Amino acid sequence: MSYPDKKVLLDVKNDFPVLVNNPNLVYLDSGATSLKPKCVIDKLDEYYEKYGVNVNRGVYKLSYTATTEYEETRTVCAKFLNCKEREVVFTKGASNGLNLVAQSYGMDNLNEGDEVISSELEHHSCVLPWQNVCKIKGAKLKYVELDSEGRITVEAFKKVLSNKTKVVVLTHVSNVMGYITPIKEIIRLAHEVGAVVVVDAAQSVPHMKVDVKDLDCDFLAFSAHKMFGPTGFGVLFGKFKYLKAMRPVEFGGDMIDEVYKNESTWKDAPFKFETGTPPIAEAIAFKEAIRYIESIGYEKIQAHEKALMEYTMRELVKIDGVTIYNKSVETGIIAFNMTGVHPHDASTLFDERDICLRAGHHCAQLIIKWLDTIGTLRACFYIYNDFEDCDKFIEAVKDSAEYFKEW
Amino acid sequence: MAGISDLYNQVLKDHRNYPRNKGLIDGYKTLKVKNPSCGDDVTVQLNIENGIIKDVRHIGTGCAICCSSASVMSETLKGKSVKVANEIIEDFYELIKGNYPDDEDRLGDAIVYVNIHNYPPRAKCATLAWRAAGAIIHGDEGETIDE
Repeated sequence: MSYPDKKVLLDVKNDFPVLVNNPNLVYLDSGATSLKPKCVIDKLDEYYEKYGVNVNRGVYKLSYTATTEYEETRTVCAKFLNCKEREVVFTKGASNGLNLVAQSYGMDNLNEGDEVISSELEHHSCVLPWQNVCKIKGAKLKYVELDSEGRITVEAFKKVLSNKTKVVVLTHVSNVMGYITPIKEIIRLAHEVGAVVVVDAAQSVPHMKVDVKDLDCDFLAFSAHKMFGPTGFGVLFGKFKYLKAMRPVEFGGDMIDEVYKNESTWKDAPFKFETGTPPIAEAIAFKEAIRYIESIGYEKIQAHEKALMEYTMRELVKIDGVTIYNKSVETGIIAFNMTGVHPHDASTLFDERDICLRAGHHCAQLIIKWLDTIGTLRACFYIYNDFEDCDKFIEAVKDSAEYFKEW
Repeated sequence: MAGISDLYNQVLKDHRNYPRNKGLIDGYKTLKVKNPSCGDDVTVQLNIENGIIKDVRHIGTGCAICCSSASVMSETLKGKSVKVANEIIEDFYELIKGNYPDDEDRLGDAIVYVNIHNYPPRAKCATLAWRAAGAIIHGDEGETIDE
């Protein structure tokens, strides 16, 4: 096959030790987690080797260094998202952040008869916390009707939006279909009826510039590990006026102001939501992940992913025996199946060739049911993939189609 | 496709496409096992009379490994005493790790799953129905979630 212009591609494979140590690996599972660049791994080591003590406690020099490094990540995050530092809540990840909003804001602000809008495209972490709160509070969970491709549209959103809508909770980019939600317009409309909007940005922040001020979202959550950062860490952005009014949902060390026998007071946001010793090394190293992204730039990241996607999709649609669910997708995610073959059976063939794919329901059973299938295969492109990866993937799809034709 | 055809062999294909003892019968001891993380679910029934497994039935949805293995299990355990069935089930678990049992013959078609040991993530698929059968023998009934 002849490659399109290679100049548009980034050359960063050597930044990723997993790829250096596994030179034949074709890693197409970045939607589950990204690989980590050396600069992030080095920063984790730096904490453990040079000043590995607790934060916000000791009055000795090492503790000061650890705390400074830790809080510097908040500053870097705030600049990255275009918000204030006090609007950056450190969490265990996107799921944790989304649950926090439901458990605190949802439990205190939803009442019987109120409505929450979500969609069938959501990851379980996005919709289930609200399904739970709605049940407890007697509120109604409504779903935006997806269009024929499985997309959330502004038109369909308008049909479920009403004066009863109090919360809108939607994905920014679907982890199964890769579609970008027209979230900015949805936020504008939601605000017209006084609803707050919670955005699941786990699949968007790794790939596109997200400016919370520009979007005007009320809450936005994402994970570090999908964007070159460490596991077990994430960020919840919340407008300060909401965070300030919200109750903490976890109590204990670090988050308190004054403690009495029957009454206690909390620190201000965001600290009242950050209980106990946090994942310190992970928080400290996360800023290196953001700096890594910024050193490359989202424009180049998107051009890279677009080139790989166009190249791959062009070949994929020609292969008999493949069902592609998102042919018009605008991000680097391909949702597909080998026709008539269970995704786990097909994925073993890919695994045999060191091609890492996700197979199954992707923690998003609602869209899998909407697609009327039992699961899908998912290939995700990120900056460390190249045209050779695409070729190996396409070749495996062809061979898989040929092999399972008889089945 | 050399490696993959060791796993996805003709015996497995035959059981996937023409499952034996499929369909449930009222009155048998029944256990449904679900694996929520992969979506596989299998319901196994045993009819045990006087210590003999008179009949084995199954239904389910899942990958070819899981579905074929349920069919193979039903053929292999049918007619065996509970004691022998337990031994065969243990032999099968060993086989999945790549260890041939002393008595290969009584595993029947199940012997073809030996190649699974080259594909550790698929071991759970191959053993799901066997674990359900083992659990029924040990008194479990109803529904359970596979961890």
